[in-house]
Amino acid sequence: MADLTATLSTGRAGEPPGLSFYVSGEYHPENGTLLGFWIYLMSDSLVFACLFATYGVLGHNYAGGPSGAEIFNLSLVAVNTSLLLLSSITYGFAVIAMTRKRVGATLAWLAVTGLLGCGFVGIELHEFANLIQEGNGPQRSAFLSSFFTLVGTHGLHVTFGIVWLVTLMWQVAKRGLIAANRRRLMCLSMFWHFLDVIWIGVFTFVYLMGTLA
Amino acid sequence: MNALNLNPSAGHHGNEGEVDHDTLHITVGGYVTGFVLSVILTAIPFWLVMNKVFASSTVTTFVILGFAIVQIYVHMRFFLHMTSKAEGGWTWMSLIFMIVLVVITLSGSLWVMYHLKTNMTLPSPEQMRNIP
Repeated sequence: MADLTATLSTGRAGEPPGLSFYVSGEYHPENGTLLGFWIYLMSDSLVFACLFATYGVLGHNYAGGPSGAEIFNLSLVAVNTSLLLLSSITYGFAVIAMTRKRVGATLAWLAVTGLLGCGFVGIELHEFANLIQEGNGPQRSAFLSSFFTLVGTHGLHVTFGIVWLVTLMWQVAKRGLIAANRRRLMCLSMFWHFLDVIWIGVFTFVYLMGTLA
Repeated sequence: MNALNLNPSAGHHGNEGEVDHDTLHITVGGYVTGFVLSVILTAIPFWLVMNKVFASSTVTTFVILGFAIVQIYVHMRFFLHMTSKAEGGWTWMSLIFMIVLVVITLSGSLWVMYHLKTNMTLPSPEQMRNIP
């Protein structure tokens, strides 16, 4: 070994010792959960991409039924959008309160977020109930089938987000802002903001462009 | 803007600091900026469509799609805290991979199904008689 070192050091005369020309370690995140959750979100957006594609293909097949312009109530959608936007910033405030290690403020902001989410789901269910009552349910035309599937899947995500949020509020109230709970809150934060990003696609592609056509 | 004073060593438990390096860049200012921007970027498309500002619906379509893309960027940047450096670049890689797949899924489906619809529509009896 000593010989080898000696040979190497004499062989490369002009080089200072200690230089390395390759990466000697690998990058490993200390906590893989957030990356894993992010990859789940990326695969979830593929689900939505398929539903958007389905809506894009079938969105004009009315089968003699109503078109989007006839059934969409844009002011209701505007209210819904603002509820979801508000819930995004209140969740942000919950995360800020969490990093300041204030349990009460975190719980309060989470509660506000949950209530805004409930308002969103409530208005959406009201819209769906109205449509079905008027005979414009998912079985009416290919347009309405794809509309209910796309918007309903998003609503289902928000509903499960609320269930998750209530569970986390319980955990934080019981165990405090321990490392595990902060990790969970960051995962739900990504989920919640991700749903808001999907909603941008829904209100632009489905509601606004549907009203135009 | 109002950067948070995060001190991992101030925690009561030994492993408290492990999440903190991911939350270091979270600020109230960042969330408020993102919120104000997204309110503006939401209000303008709704206003354009509800008040029929442009006579041509094609123009409106492209304008609101542009607003949607900008707003998605704002949400990614200010709410999801996406940077090319986060998690050693792996979130960025998976995001690019997802965007490629979404573009292929959407454009491919629309393109193929559009051509299927135009080319597979049954010809009229008159056209059938004139087939060479």
